[in-house]
Amino acid sequence: MSNESETATDVSRRLLLKGAGAAAGVAVGSQAITGFPAVWSQEPKVLRYLGTAVNQSSDIAKKLKEDTGIILQYISVDTDEVTKRAITQPNSFDMLDTEYFALKKLIPSGNLLAMDAKKIANFDKVTPVLTKGELPNGKKIGDQGTAPKKVMFLEGQHSTKFSATPTEWVTLIPTTYNADTLGIRPDLIKRPITSWAELLNPEFKGKAAILNIPSIGIMDAAMVMEATGQHTYADKGNMTRPEIDMTIKLLTEAKKSGQFRAFWSDFNESVNLMASGETVIQSMWSPAVTAVRSKGIPCTFQPLKEGYRSWATGFALSKGVTGKKAELAYEFVNWFLSGWAGAYLFRQGYYSGVLDTAKAHMEPYEWAYWMEGKPAEKDIHAPNGSLLEKAGTVRDGGSFETRMGGVACWNAVMDENDYMVRKWNGFIAA
Amino acid sequence: MAALAAETPSGQAPGGFFARFTAPALPGWLQAAPLAIVFGLFFVLPLIFVTVVSFWDYNDYEIIPSFTVRSYVETFEGCIDQFPDLCTILQTYVSTLKFCIIVWASTLVIGFTVAYFLAFHVRSLKWQIALTLLCTIPFWTSNVIRMISWIPLLGRNGLVNDALVSLHLVREPVGWLLYSQFSVVLAFIHLFTFFMIVPIFNSMARIDHRLVEAAYDAGASGWQTLWNVVIPLSKPGIVIGSIFVVTIVMGDFVTVGVMGGQQIASAGKIISTRLDALQFPPAAANAVIVLGITLVIINLLTRLVDIRREL
Repeated sequence: MSNESETATDVSRRLLLKGAGAAAGVAVGSQAITGFPAVWSQEPKVLRYLGTAVNQSSDIAKKLKEDTGIILQYISVDTDEVTKRAITQPNSFDMLDTEYFALKKLIPSGNLLAMDAKKIANFDKVTPVLTKGELPNGKKIGDQGTAPKKVMFLEGQHSTKFSATPTEWVTLIPTTYNADTLGIRPDLIKRPITSWAELLNPEFKGKAAILNIPSIGIMDAAMVMEATGQHTYADKGNMTRPEIDMTIKLLTEAKKSGQFRAFWSDFNESVNLMASGETVIQSMWSPAVTAVRSKGIPCTFQPLKEGYRSWATGFALSKGVTGKKAELAYEFVNWFLSGWAGAYLFRQGYYSGVLDTAKAHMEPYEWAYWMEGKPAEKDIHAPNGSLLEKAGTVRDGGSFETRMGGVACWNAVMDENDYMVRKWNGFIAA
Repeated sequence: MAALAAETPSGQAPGGFFARFTAPALPGWLQAAPLAIVFGLFFVLPLIFVTVVSFWDYNDYEIIPSFTVRSYVETFEGCIDQFPDLCTILQTYVSTLKFCIIVWASTLVIGFTVAYFLAFHVRSLKWQIALTLLCTIPFWTSNVIRMISWIPLLGRNGLVNDALVSLHLVREPVGWLLYSQFSVVLAFIHLFTFFMIVPIFNSMARIDHRLVEAAYDAGASGWQTLWNVVIPLSKPGIVIGSIFVVTIVMGDFVTVGVMGGQQIASAGKIISTRLDALQFPPAAANAVIVLGITLVIINLLTRLVDIRREL
């Protein structure tokens, strides 16, 4: 009896000790979290990440924190605002997510810091599509416009000059890239669409749309110009003044005859236009097509014989990032390229910068569908678990090699950007 | 004022309190100072900056502080060599002014009618307040939601088109209901009539009802009373409401953009396109031009009635 009671006391004492230990642990933990002054507490590992909401996934931030303890603080603004902030308030962020074409404006401002490729473990595995403008099999792809290879490297860390050949100093670490084309409603068009010329075909009068971004809208029009044989550009992403006049004239005539239903400026707007049937053919983004389809409405991201207009995004360092913060930034970059995030982006319909590491984090049937363009062996799911495609479907446009190999031009900022914007305002007023 | 407050001890205590202790001590300019400072810092100063920047040069990524009239010259590009065809800026202002006139006239008629109803037909104050609040319903949701919700209403497969087709009024759904000048005007009227109602109602509420009765007694018809008594006495409200509506329509680019499918020009849209392309000086130059034109219009409006005297 007494023995038993002794044991009981013993146990309870031990429990008490354990409890106290745990409580102390909690106290220490909470100190570190709330930032109360404590000798051993580390500074919280925080990176402020400026970009558009589309590229700011909470899942990626969550996984990053689990793996590395880094807290990614998203600052979300719209595309043009990202550029404005980078130029006017470079100290308001640590990392900046932007498109490669914006670099022509951002780098000369001196507000970004090139990253050292030597400190990035997987950098040599970044796809040659971005670094050299060729497919992994060595085939050259279209480099009209601001192709990433033209702005990927700087001559030195603090240089504001782009290097034509790869150097150690990297401007943007690639996050996502893709090849864009026209989205169509096959159920309403009821015939095959194979050319960019169809965008301005009077058959779709009042049912076509383009992007409300001058530099992209004019390139879509240029694709039509070439498709209809009216003009062949030396570089659609860097037109001469007469070429800009000519292209704007084509757009103006189409607008006056009522070809366009609307110019969309927002992802959701493009989904709404297409889903409601206001438009049947329009310039579109891949996830928007997926969004229309997930409503049960047929929509195709139509591959066209003239090729794709491609784009790529990535993140850069602010010039204000030094010391410990820089270490943190490199830790983040290395984590980002190590595969989990890449696989996540693949499942959203993008391609990732380093293909090999993403592959390691994907199921073979997923890789076969997204990358190799093979019919899906099983149902294809989005990262959030929702059903994207049923088993048996093939990705629009097929494999990585076919899609990225078919790139005709890249989103761009022209040398004559100022002139083009003025002409665009004239086009809107016409 | 101070003497008055002192003589009426039972009057409004706070007013009397302040009047007694502060009014004689503080000179007028000091009383006006807080507002003047706020006004100077947040309105006049930025305005000066905008004007200064409009005369600066720029390139793809920076503003260069050297004097140039480039932004103005380029804004009026083609106005002479394209004549008699209109250049971009003139086309834009013709379109913006057209919207201004249509929206002003429509909101005035609707706003005046609603205010008249509120002021002369609704007798109880409670109902007047309740019905005025009802007029704010368009502002209960965010701008974006309001804009997007027009699609299911006015779109090709929207409610209105469905009704028109099922009533056999049209054979095919009509396209001009949405993304057209019509839809822009509709959205403007929907949003901005409220800015007309409130000041006109405010003016009307002050009209002595005995004046209206006197007019009737003197044998005036309903229309004569309206024209000779109510309208002249509502003039300050009409002018203030007009200033609200005109300035908002002149500077708007969100409504024109969304409802016009981004295909209709407006002064504000030129500015926003320039800003998005990081071309701040031409954006500033255009802002100065809009400001100038708006000030001219307001000046004309205030000539019709001396607001300061009427208030």
